[in-house]
Amino acid sequence: MNELSLPLWAALPAGILLVCGGLLALIGSLGLLRLRNFFERAHPPTMGTTLGTGCVLFASMLVSSALLHRPVFHEVLITFFVLITAPVSAMTLMRAAVARNRPRPERLNVER
Amino acid sequence: MNTFFGLAADFASFCFVAAMIFALIRLFVGPSAQDRVLAFDTFYINGMLTLLMLGIRSGSMLYFDVAMLIAVFGFLGTMALAKFLLRGEVIGP
Repeated sequence: MNELSLPLWAALPAGILLVCGGLLALIGSLGLLRLRNFFERAHPPTMGTTLGTGCVLFASMLVSSALLHRPVFHEVLITFFVLITAPVSAMTLMRAAVARNRPRPERLNVER
Repeated sequence: MNTFFGLAADFASFCFVAAMIFALIRLFVGPSAQDRVLAFDTFYINGMLTLLMLGIRSGSMLYFDVAMLIAVFGFLGTMALAKFLLRGEVIGP
């Protein structure tokens, strides 16, 4: 019902950004499902996480700015937070995977 | 043009829900624990995006705070699980 008053300059780029974000998230999650081992699977979801979130939040900024007739910027908070935290969690998870794949019988003998 | 925007919003919501389903399948069949944590990471991000699509559609500002909370607590959960897999404890010495 609110979409009826959406002007053209906001509806067209917001729609294109939403399609791009949806496709990016879908391809990233499909790569998570289809690739073979963990270190290949760790890469595709970051595409949907960073670029997909950026696309959707920029479209959201456009739509709410057009609906409220003033610039709205508080979606930048979520974008900034996701962009900061996605590499941190991905790198910690990859370090955990490397540490768990390493054979370590000697470490148990040294520490105990 | 608003029909184009409505179709784009429908398509994006469908894509995010399909991505959530793919991540859920990987969460259940994942052979190792780190695969499951990665699938959980993808799952909550796509859930947050679905909620943002709901917020764009309804024109309400309430959904963005919920999405922010999902982002913060999802990152905390992923970080805690990854630290637990790295060493046997969440907060180490």
